[in-house]
Amino acid sequence: MYDVAIIGGGVIGSAIARELSKKKVNAVVIEREQDLCCGTTKANSAIIHGGYDAKPGSLKAKLNVEGNGMFDKLSEDLDFPFKRNGSLVVRTADQDRAVLDELYDQGIKNGVPDLKIIDRDEILKMEPNIADEVVDALYVPTGGIVCPFHLNYALAENAADNGVEFKLSTEVKNVKKAGEGYAIETNDGTIEAKTVVNAAGVYADEIHNMVSGKKIHIVARRGQYCLLDKTAGNHVSHTIFQLPSKMGKGVLVTPTVHGNLLVGPTAEDVDNKEGVNTTGDGLGSLGATAARSVKNVPMRSVITSFAGLRAHEDDGDFILGEAEDAPGFFDAAGIESPGLSSAPAIGVMIAGLVSDKLGLADDPDFNGKRKGILNPSNMSIEERNELIKKNPAYGQIICRCESISEGEILDAIHRTLGAKDLDGVKRRTRAGMGRCQAGFCSPRVMEILEREVPMSAFDVTKNGPDAKIVFGYNKQI
Amino acid sequence: MKNYDLVIVGGGPAGLAAAVAARDEGLQDILIIERDHELGGILNQCIHNGFGLHTFKEELTGPEYAQRFIDQVLERGIDYKLNTMVMDIAPDKTITAMNSTDGMFTIPAKAVVLAMGCRERSRGALNIPGYRPAGIFSAGTAQRLVNMEGYMPGRRVVILGSGDIGLIMARRMTLEGAEVLVVAELMPYSGGLKRNIVQCLDDFGIPLKLSHTVVDIEGKERVEGITIAEVGPDRKPIPGTEIHYDCDTLLLSCGLIPENELSSNSGVELSPITSGPIVNDSLETSIDGVFACGNVLHVHDLVDFVSQEATQAGKNAARYILQGKKESGRKLEILPVDGVRYTVPKYIRPDDMEDTVTVRFRVGDVYKNKAIATYFGDTQISKRKKQVMAPGEMEQVVITKKQLSEYPDISNITIKIEEA
Repeated sequence: MYDVAIIGGGVIGSAIARELSKKKVNAVVIEREQDLCCGTTKANSAIIHGGYDAKPGSLKAKLNVEGNGMFDKLSEDLDFPFKRNGSLVVRTADQDRAVLDELYDQGIKNGVPDLKIIDRDEILKMEPNIADEVVDALYVPTGGIVCPFHLNYALAENAADNGVEFKLSTEVKNVKKAGEGYAIETNDGTIEAKTVVNAAGVYADEIHNMVSGKKIHIVARRGQYCLLDKTAGNHVSHTIFQLPSKMGKGVLVTPTVHGNLLVGPTAEDVDNKEGVNTTGDGLGSLGATAARSVKNVPMRSVITSFAGLRAHEDDGDFILGEAEDAPGFFDAAGIESPGLSSAPAIGVMIAGLVSDKLGLADDPDFNGKRKGILNPSNMSIEERNELIKKNPAYGQIICRCESISEGEILDAIHRTLGAKDLDGVKRRTRAGMGRCQAGFCSPRVMEILEREVPMSAFDVTKNGPDAKIVFGYNKQI
Repeated sequence: MKNYDLVIVGGGPAGLAAAVAARDEGLQDILIIERDHELGGILNQCIHNGFGLHTFKEELTGPEYAQRFIDQVLERGIDYKLNTMVMDIAPDKTITAMNSTDGMFTIPAKAVVLAMGCRERSRGALNIPGYRPAGIFSAGTAQRLVNMEGYMPGRRVVILGSGDIGLIMARRMTLEGAEVLVVAELMPYSGGLKRNIVQCLDDFGIPLKLSHTVVDIEGKERVEGITIAEVGPDRKPIPGTEIHYDCDTLLLSCGLIPENELSSNSGVELSPITSGPIVNDSLETSIDGVFACGNVLHVHDLVDFVSQEATQAGKNAARYILQGKKESGRKLEILPVDGVRYTVPKYIRPDDMEDTVTVRFRVGDVYKNKAIATYFGDTQISKRKKQVMAPGEMEQVVITKKQLSEYPDISNITIKIEEA
């Protein structure tokens, strides 16, 4: 019997797992997909919010600000890209100044440091492409951008390296109280654990309602995005939010930590918890909405579009903690924005509760450091040549758009909780994420997966076991 | 690392022809840098025939056509490096490249020929809505899987875009056992060659639906269905015209984009129309000694024209090194108007040009029984009637030095489509 079973290997489940791995604990993470980072963590704004947005006193407000403050050390310890680029909430002339002031006051109450309201002249010095209609802005210097994939994998790899078990391709069918703990029925047998952590994203209500009479309800709120080429990556340097208005929350325009430009999201409640499809109307609306805050966004440079689902709980706040009527069952549910920003703090909070419940002792062998996949483009020519001499695979470029070498791809496949499919390689290395969108490199990455996993070419998939890429040899389909 | 005077970036048809021409002009130290594991570029996966009718007066397959030029490179003992990626071209023409055996190295070249080719427009760039499952391929990626790896990427196929690779793949997939249900084309005309529509679609009974586009992609893991709809004159889908296809594959053949990230980082000025460098009659870009040819310069319809153009670029790059830059300063702009979208070259130097310069361009619409007219200043110099002109096929006008010398006072040249 495990001490704790965490349902969900997204950023929240992985953050909790990593915090728990600081203790002497027998823990398992259960993930239905064959890779981590396949749900909400995969498709969002990749923003670390300052924390001015949530209602003072809410869990969202508290954990956003706490989580934000943890990112500098975390990114250093776990070697993932994070940048405090600062954010601006811009107001146009037709919008009420009081709304901006209210955000400022809210931020102060939430404990967001260094907030400032700045006028157009100051904005222009920071962002020359700001829309002509913008008159002033709330400047949030602590706002940041992160790679959510790398954050997720960093947390999970470090947890695994410190002894947490990960069961992938394992889907929870039912959770039942059983003796001192819980029996978790899955497609791959029953897992018993003294405590359960529910970090199941848009499905967290279903998991919760299996054990608790106090029902919760999560609706999938879809957000559609356009990602622009790196040639557009310098269009803005801060994350530009729009002041919420009767027109809605607006969209953000932000550089990504890898140098692209991201525009989105829309916000639509959808019936389907698998409904990550984009729509013509949704994608079509983004350019016009973005123009309210940033001018001349080069929407012609879009290289891909995508949609993600936020887990919106009816009451609007995170649900964190032990279920009242299910002792030992801990929720991390309703984790929508600012969930990514709050993830490290949620990890600390839930791991703390579980640890107190079980009376866990510290693990003196815990190693909080993890090395990410090398990024040779940050190296000097000498360092790079040293690397290629040791491992010639780093001299062979596979993804030409992002300059990703075979060495990085081999690392992605062979490291802890390594990649098993094309999207897994892509999320870990960016191979296939550039402007040709894997047109040139996918046959080569397929070949590498086939050789290294090893597997048949006909079993190489895009994302998960059913996403077959080729069906058979020519004339044999 | 050995030093080279001329570095040619890309070992496809353009790079190969440029190298041969530069050597034949008398230049010794030439290096071709190729990122793939063999020379020949994209021709290696173009196993259909129809290549070389202009150059060799016979019908060759892509690999056969490439081999003719590879042989010429080998006969001349021109150096090349395979599996090698050019990482940077500095404005002073220092090339930084990398491979597994040499590591990262630099070559201070005296001249550079850009011959990197082009890439296909992706689903993302087309902003097609729907899910993002496996089974969506650019036609060229599917072509590589079928022709190079021998793998079938689909059983029931819808193709969006009637570019030549899409048309060729409609036939190829059919011959290899797949069922191609439809080719949908956003524009009211095809982007491909007429002969390909006849030989690849008509001969196999594959319908071509003009003024149609994909409005939805279904299937979370693998494509399960594609919905297309008719578009109006604004190219927006018309509600109520949707047609659904049960299929497992969507191939995209929606245009090619010259791959100019290296050029652009080095400071080479690009044309917003072609996405390729702006060049003069010697195919020299805005940077002295940097020349461009082939699909990195502008997307061609036939490889024969790539070879012709690359021969000029290679020759001029060799002369630049051997004789130095000769420029008297006079430069005439060619103005593309009334249906002519762009011209390559954009500038002609009447005093420094060769005896004849071939100006290549594409038209922006389908024209029937119209004429291509050339003006030196306001004076019409030539007018040639064409039964049909279409955006899928390149057109050309030849300008001679002798003709031009008779108009010393003009400031520009105009090429346009007008009534026949």
